[in-house]
Amino acid sequence: MSTDVCRRARAALRLGAVALLLSACQPASDSGAGLGAAVSPLQPPQRLSETGLFAPDGSIDPRNRPFSPQYPLWSDGATKSRWVRLPEGAMIDVSDVDAWRFPAGTTFWKEFAWNGRKIETRMLRALEGGDWLFAAYVWNDDQRDAVLAPPEGVPGVFEISPGKRHSIPGLADCDSCHKASPAVVLGFNSLQLSDDRDPLAPHAEPLPEGAVTMRSLVAQDRLRPPRPDLVARPPRIRETDPVARAALGYLAANCGGCHCERGSLGRLDLFLHHDAAKGAGEPEPAVATTARTGKFVIPGFPADHARLVVPGAPDRSTLLYRMKSRRPSTQMPPLGTVLADTEAIELVKRWIESLPPKAELAADSRH
Amino acid sequence: MRTLWLKKRPVLMIALVCVSGLLGAAAIGRLSAGSSKPGSAPEDEIARGRYLTQIMACNDCHTPWIMTPRGPEPDPTRLLSGHPQADVVEQPLEISGEGPWGWAGSNTNTAFSGPWGVSFTANLTPDRETGLGEWTAETFIAAIRTGRHEGRGRPILPPMPYPMYRQATDADLRAVFAYLQSIPAIQNRVPQPIDAPESQ
Repeated sequence: MSTDVCRRARAALRLGAVALLLSACQPASDSGAGLGAAVSPLQPPQRLSETGLFAPDGSIDPRNRPFSPQYPLWSDGATKSRWVRLPEGAMIDVSDVDAWRFPAGTTFWKEFAWNGRKIETRMLRALEGGDWLFAAYVWNDDQRDAVLAPPEGVPGVFEISPGKRHSIPGLADCDSCHKASPAVVLGFNSLQLSDDRDPLAPHAEPLPEGAVTMRSLVAQDRLRPPRPDLVARPPRIRETDPVARAALGYLAANCGGCHCERGSLGRLDLFLHHDAAKGAGEPEPAVATTARTGKFVIPGFPADHARLVVPGAPDRSTLLYRMKSRRPSTQMPPLGTVLADTEAIELVKRWIESLPPKAELAADSRH
Repeated sequence: MRTLWLKKRPVLMIALVCVSGLLGAAAIGRLSAGSSKPGSAPEDEIARGRYLTQIMACNDCHTPWIMTPRGPEPDPTRLLSGHPQADVVEQPLEISGEGPWGWAGSNTNTAFSGPWGVSFTANLTPDRETGLGEWTAETFIAAIRTGRHEGRGRPILPPMPYPMYRQATDADLRAVFAYLQSIPAIQNRVPQPIDAPESQ
């Protein structure tokens, strides 16, 4: 492509970015009854310091306990800190072990930082009746407090790499991920808090001191019904191969919130979640469903080639292609990240390479 | 292979769309009035959905246009079935970012090339495989409210005016969905969007 054409294309893309930005922002300034219907009637505090995260001296309130999911969600390399406060004496209803129900008042916070600078803190608070309050706070320049982001979010608040900026999600984005499945809270469940932590999990963090784990929840009698078995037989991805275990764990955490059997995308028949209710000998849902054909076709491939995972052939697997992409219409996950996760891509690539090729796919091998 | 019509004349395309828009909407209004099939939604809800679909100009982009003696009009035989799968578009139209023209539409007014790449209007008929047959009203509302495919996935691309439509009430969006589920199912697999080359 000539320099001139490149320049014009870049200008066009800038125009497109502006247009999309204006388009995305328009309803916020014009939010009428219809948009209001999609927003919780309960409003979050205007400042993070008013949410209960901090003690009077500015430190984290000791009632808010840290936790660290064993398979962290990829957030463009952010350093993340998480805390949860369970109302005193309240129990988590784990009768559905794959969709915990939290008592009203339960609050989660997740802080995002790059290069030691706090950029954003998100808050989820359980309301009466099973609904949730979502909020995002943008840290002030002086790093002393953060202010509530507008409902439409804040695009491009911080440059995380040249030309790539982190955006604060809007409430619609919160809904897109957290209301895609019955679980709502995506990083606080039996697999993520399991004491059998995966040593190959990408971007795994050391457990913070005093972290909430399955063991601590059981010891403090926080689960109803009681589930001591979740400590005796810690939940784990049902794969013996370490690479497969880590790859499927990563996919469960990063993709399984939407791509799950009981979610709104269940009819896609691509299930990447971990179902803790299943027995130890049963395969993970991803094993069978990634062998299916989807709808997305890698550019340059025949229109009837839409294989999610081609065993032994990562370059022909749309799942990996979409993980690697950060083009808006192609990338997976479709929101919340502007940088591809190279460590996870390599892990999933190794997993696909390790799968035995199937004879019926040989005809496709020319691609 | 058919390619983008009026490739070098986006101004003419836009003018044609504007001039014939009202005529086309009126034509679709007449033709679609008798095309409903019995559905589970109440008739009055379907009727309101049909009315909303007409005044929200859904046919302008989701029904392929054909040339008639009166000028371009939506093709009533392909009501709301989206970009025809036979009309293959392989890459975005190259348009200068310096203006005055920033984007262009295909002759069917169902494919649009701009800085975002190429977008194709969706098949809104209740075809189970290629349309909205498997969708629920909740999925439809989530898509409009979030501006994301099925309310979860990729961004819904320009020129779909979801920022305006998302301000509709739930009742209005449910009525639109009820109407869309009542029209004849048309099997037409709309291609996936094409990303802009520079964003790859």
